[in-house]
Amino acid sequence: MFSPDRIREIVEKGLPGSRAEVKDLTGTSDHFELVVIAAGFDGKSLVDRHRMVYATLGALVGNEIHALSIRALTPGEAGGR
Amino acid sequence: MESQTKSDVQKKITEDVAKYPVLLYVKGTPQAPMCGFSKGVMDIFQKLGVEFKTIDVLEDSGIRDGVKQFSSWPTIPQIFIQGKFVGGYDIVRDLYQKGELQKMLKS
Repeated sequence: MFSPDRIREIVEKGLPGSRAEVKDLTGTSDHFELVVIAAGFDGKSLVDRHRMVYATLGALVGNEIHALSIRALTPGEAGGR
Repeated sequence: MESQTKSDVQKKITEDVAKYPVLLYVKGTPQAPMCGFSKGVMDIFQKLGVEFKTIDVLEDSGIRDGVKQFSSWPTIPQIFIQGKFVGGYDIVRDLYQKGELQKMLKS
């Protein structure tokens, strides 16, 4: 069982300077929606951005975290978020 | 298959990725999807009316682990177009909404 807050902390720590928002989609603490805003995504493909996010979570994905939806945005793309 | 080694699996995935212009590794089938994200990708390709091949990873745990290793991507579904790894559901949905997926399929 993982809280959205715990996931937010792990991702923000793994990608310094990033800001993450995490929602528990099903209320069962294993399906999450994650929005990550990081300047480090600039110039990176979507695949590379997702890999960077997955890397912060390591083996949690596929184990404790069953399903994870990711949006990886640069501050510019995120606009007024 | 007990006798299937990891390198056999990688070989099989390499062959399939080269063989099918649009290849989706999913959970379940188009008729009976077993995961919301897998259903989402199959719905998109059905809407586009393109021919696609699906491989159900729930049928074969070797492929399920092997494809994650193949693409350095920890989740299913995984989408390959013209031999190239495109991503998972979020990316394909994003490319579809921007009209870029349609362009990739035409080329």
